[in-house]
Amino acid sequence: MADGHAPTTPIGATDIFDDGLTDHARALDDRKFTINFGPQHPAAHGVLRLVLELDGELVTRVDPHIGLLHRGTEKLMEARTYLQNVPYLDRLDYVAPMNQEHAFCLAIEKLLGVDVPYRAQLIRVLYSEIGRILSHLLNVTTQAMDVGALTPPLWGFEEREKLMVFYERASGARLHANYFRPGGVHQDLPNDLIDDIGRWCREFPAALKDIESLVTENRIFKQRNVDIGVVSKQQALDWGFTGVMLRGSDIPWDLRKSQPYECYADLEFDIAVGKNGDCWDRYLCRIEEMKQSVHIMEQCIHKLRNCPGEPVMTENNKIVPPRRGEMKRSMEALIHHFKLYTEGFRTPEGEVYASVEAPKGEFGIYLVSDGTNKPYRVKISAPGFRSLQAMDWMNRGHMLADVSAILGSLDIVFGEVDR
Amino acid sequence: MTALARIQEMETALTPLGAEMVGALGVEAQVAFGELTLITDRDSIIEVLTALKERFGFQQLLDICGVDFPDREERFEVVYHLLSMTRNARVRVKLTTDEVQPVPSAVDVFPCADWFEREAFDMYGMLFSGHPDLRRLLTDYGFQGHPLRKDFPMTGYVEVRYDEEQKRVVYEPVKLTQEFRNFDFLSPWEGAEYPATILPGDEKAG
Repeated sequence: MADGHAPTTPIGATDIFDDGLTDHARALDDRKFTINFGPQHPAAHGVLRLVLELDGELVTRVDPHIGLLHRGTEKLMEARTYLQNVPYLDRLDYVAPMNQEHAFCLAIEKLLGVDVPYRAQLIRVLYSEIGRILSHLLNVTTQAMDVGALTPPLWGFEEREKLMVFYERASGARLHANYFRPGGVHQDLPNDLIDDIGRWCREFPAALKDIESLVTENRIFKQRNVDIGVVSKQQALDWGFTGVMLRGSDIPWDLRKSQPYECYADLEFDIAVGKNGDCWDRYLCRIEEMKQSVHIMEQCIHKLRNCPGEPVMTENNKIVPPRRGEMKRSMEALIHHFKLYTEGFRTPEGEVYASVEAPKGEFGIYLVSDGTNKPYRVKISAPGFRSLQAMDWMNRGHMLADVSAILGSLDIVFGEVDR
Repeated sequence: MTALARIQEMETALTPLGAEMVGALGVEAQVAFGELTLITDRDSIIEVLTALKERFGFQQLLDICGVDFPDREERFEVVYHLLSMTRNARVRVKLTTDEVQPVPSAVDVFPCADWFEREAFDMYGMLFSGHPDLRRLLTDYGFQGHPLRKDFPMTGYVEVRYDEEQKRVVYEPVKLTQEFRNFDFLSPWEGAEYPATILPGDEKAG
């Protein structure tokens, strides 16, 4: 302590730091200041503006300003038919597009009481798991980049590119797939695509091992992530955390296990949980989930090979448009096709909530229907939105450099936060 | 198991739970599409949420959102979605309000209600009393109006662009080069009836 300067706070409190200044110098030099982080910052994972209040290098308050990517998806969806709305869901969490479509299709199917054929369920699960790996690969590697590594994203993006080719071969688009439809999936998968995904599943564990060898036990990565951003069990529950944010804090909750949708009940996989709830545990959970996803994909591929040629869409032509070949021959099919692509189908009046275990957590759709061909209200409940509001209390007392590590471990994609 | 059987199974599991809540909380309960909905009012919402959290084991509040019904006396519905991990069940709590009657804020019961309520306020303009920081969340700085209200046009009122001469972003009234194609597919052959002579958004075309 400087001469004559008695400590007013207990020794060991983090905000007292002996910088050797005299009282006069301290009066002149105000340590408290406010800085603006983003909206254009590579570690902000999109367009996030954080107003950080600092005491020296300690963060005392974080005020996230979001909405810079707000496109009014919910408003737009109220003016379009159910089928026209599916592509909007791709643009939410754009690193795992099909998982979002999935929730919307499940909500519509719940309203209509439609059953999805088994082969379609397998394809949906297969592509949902591809989406999970897409998202986790992006997250763990960019988190490594946020704390200073450069190679992991390059290696991770190579694998992501292969997965996006699988998206393209199934749906025609690398990102905005529009592949899951109410009642099933748009088209069946060709056999050689299933074979190629199977081959990728055999090769990927080695690639993941390479990435892990760069990151997991890396000294700098651990110094920057272990014991940073610790979330207790109670905090995780109170703040509405879902997905990895919850499992990282040792709460074994996964909608695929606890409220199984599609054919998840028939598939074998484990849930990874963390012990301490810090950034490193969440990273480890994501790595383990990728391994489990590969395991699920292998089971789906095995089952898909056992049911070639089975339908991938429900046969109900009041909801699902007829196949093109059928449309050329049957007048009935032509009328159905015309009606479904202009007016669309109508849903019964009511409200439903459907959710899936998206890579980032529970992604829910609350759908209010007034019995017409358009949704009366769609509320998109995004996991990233719930995680991001924890930025304030998670960062308090951490150093400025930890902000990007914590933000990286929250797994934020602004498409879904801002909607 | 078919979808309908699954829904029926959920409903048989939720109906006694709903009846228990009706007895304990004085709310109205409905079971539809395999989901439990409780209907309460503004004054008892905090009591209901606290009881759900502490007595019924609904640990998580996953969402709060608004729904707009302009024809009703109290036009807004506020909808809360809760999840219980111990019961493996979900419940939805609904109440009604309007532009001036504030809803007590749920921040003290579930801290995550903070942003949910800010978003609902931003989108619909309903008020939450006791909220620590009821600012706009998703819309632009200085935005006026509440975009998800049914009487707010989908195209909005202002658009922004960068002005090369003034070297800054300028706000201008929305001008559409083509009118929004909103076909009324619901009654194409029965003679469409429109409430007003001019369709909303048409005045901006041309």
